Amino acid sequence: MNRHRGIAAILSVLYMGLGQLYNRQFVKGLFLMAVNAAALFYFIPNLGKAIWGVVTLGTKTQGFEIVNKVTVRVEGDHSIYLLISGLITLFVFAIYLVIYIMNIRDAYRTGALRDKGEQPADFKKSWAHLTGRNFPYLMLAIPAIGVLFLTIMPIIFMVMLAFTNYASPNHIPPKALVDWVGFETFANLLTLKTWSRTFFSVFTWTIIWAVIATATTYFGGILVALLVESKGVRFKKLWRTIFILPYAIPQLISLLVMRNLFNGQFGPINQYLSYFGLGKLPWLTDPIWAKVTVIIVNMWVGIPVSMVLIMGILTAIPKDMYEAADVDGATGFQKFKIITLPFILFSTGPVLIMQFAGNINNFNVIFLLTNGDPVNGKYQFAGSTDLLVTWLYKLTLNNSQFNMSSAIGIIIFLIVASLSIWSYRRSKAYKEEDMIQ
Amino acid sequence: MKMGQKSANALRLTLSYIVLIAIAICCLYPAIWVLLSSLRPGTSLFAPSLIPDKFTFAHYKELFTNPSFRYGVWYLNTLKIATLSMIFSTILVTLSMYSLSRFRFPGRKTTLTALLVLGMFPGFMSMIAVFIVLLQLNLLDTHAALILVYSAGSVLSGFIVKGFYDTIPRSLDEAARIDGASHLQVFIRIMLPLSKPMLTYVALTTFTGAWVDFIFARLVLRSKENWTLAVGMWDLVNSYQNSNFTLFAAGAVLIAIPITLLFVFLQRFLVQGLTAGASKG
Repeated sequence: MNRHRGIAAILSVLYMGLGQLYNRQFVKGLFLMAVNAAALFYFIPNLGKAIWGVVTLGTKTQGFEIVNKVTVRVEGDHSIYLLISGLITLFVFAIYLVIYIMNIRDAYRTGALRDKGEQPADFKKSWAHLTGRNFPYLMLAIPAIGVLFLTIMPIIFMVMLAFTNYASPNHIPPKALVDWVGFETFANLLTLKTWSRTFFSVFTWTIIWAVIATATTYFGGILVALLVESKGVRFKKLWRTIFILPYAIPQLISLLVMRNLFNGQFGPINQYLSYFGLGKLPWLTDPIWAKVTVIIVNMWVGIPVSMVLIMGILTAIPKDMYEAADVDGATGFQKFKIITLPFILFSTGPVLIMQFAGNINNFNVIFLLTNGDPVNGKYQFAGSTDLLVTWLYKLTLNNSQFNMSSAIGIIIFLIVASLSIWSYRRSKAYKEEDMIQ
Repeated sequence: MKMGQKSANALRLTLSYIVLIAIAICCLYPAIWVLLSSLRPGTSLFAPSLIPDKFTFAHYKELFTNPSFRYGVWYLNTLKIATLSMIFSTILVTLSMYSLSRFRFPGRKTTLTALLVLGMFPGFMSMIAVFIVLLQLNLLDTHAALILVYSAGSVLSGFIVKGFYDTIPRSLDEAARIDGASHLQVFIRIMLPLSKPMLTYVALTTFTGAWVDFIFARLVLRSKENWTLAVGMWDLVNSYQNSNFTLFAAGAVLIAIPITLLFVFLQRFLVQGLTAGASKG
């Protein structure tokens, strides 16, 4: 008696929902058939065009034709719209395929149940199943669709751009078509003198910046936390509130304010310097000083976060460890070196790596404070303090070098992703996820 | 011996206090400076002294009366966008992260890794594509577009929430399940009350995120009456910063105050959120 499962599955392969009807699940079957009808209605005219669009990126250039002795502009294909709408159609098609496969599997399983002589689940039961065992899928469906179309699709689109020649001045639709060029963009970035010089300089500064910025805020945070929590210091709560303030002020505001504080001509910092008889400093206009300034300001912004983190960890250190150390006659510094520091390092290891990765992508501090300036004449569209991300931003929004900026984005991603995945896989949270239950 | 130790201790404390006061001045100075500048008559960045001779509210008044700013409208726009994004993202983030933390289902580890990886692409790498999608959906220059994008994006930063749910013992919901509660009931009746600190943290960070975003908002919102505060502020900076610094200062104070107050009052939850994220990596 194996016929039900086979027939139901084959019927569902032929047309979505037929197998369910055969299994006498009428509501589900009709619903699936309606979904399939809508899908076919959409895909039959669109799917072929979508594939054609993504593969060719359009074939017809915008041009002029003479119609009745009048020159008329004839719209050509817009490569970028073709690429995006093609991608969207393909994504929807992938979802459709998944539903189709699930439909076949469902028909097969229900058929198998009937083969065993059981009743197929009625609509009420199916619904209970959906909110019971499949609850996580149901809950994740909406965010998944959002992420699919507003994050994954755009990222795939941008990754694909790196393999095209979509850049000003020659390949900007609708005036001209965009073509696939393979790895040419990456080759240009690494070998063409103008690009490679900028890339390697900006890359080096990004890494230096990330190391210094992470180290200063981290150890600054440890120092401030230890200071506030040290024995005998009063008004701990007041200090904590004051020191959290830089974190509480939105970065958009605090960084723009800093830009004025450090203003070379009229800023109060230079005013104080000259008041004490010292010369004014080119905080934001000299390449070296600008780098110093961003690091100082980043400490102001970043230390509070580390401080909060480390204070939380300090309270978790078992007190008896210190008592044991006291019995052995350890000095304060020894206690710090042997107990406190290892404990902090151990518990914040993963965060440290995430902060490093975050600093590689630290857009706000650079963009709002210096905007990447002072301009460096040797660089291609970049200034002395530009990080890879801010350079990418400028290339995209100011200079329309879309393919180059995608290539840089991919490189940033590779660095950051490998770092974070490595640290995530090593973290206790990942390995011992089920321990606490 | 005893005396020596005592005076050494006093010296250490005095030094500690000096350093603490120095850091406190560094923390407070920019805020105080911009607040006082916003109350100073005149327009220039240069001031002979920190505390002005005369105080004036003229700059605040100008923000709301000058026809080239729509500060009142922008304030309402921002409030609307930030509140709605906050509500939607909090619901989305808590429900999805609860599912990822509680249930073991095929594809779970992949989903987690995928979320982690996606969060690492520079945000504006996707901006152009999102812009074109919004264009095709006819959503450009609308607030709905911003709310949609902020809410959908919030899921990517939900790891802290997942870490938090991991720490709540599973026996709690199993007991309720045995009593016949559905998953949704378990979530609403048992988990939500327990996750108040985490909810506050998520709500606060998403609210702030929407409040201060100027990059994406500037791209999407074209007409002036649809702008948010951050976009208006950015415009103010670009067109007035050098010529009218005190006006900029007044605008900055108005944007910063609600967020800063929220942060200071909800400090406890922030600290919990940050530390939960730390210990769970």
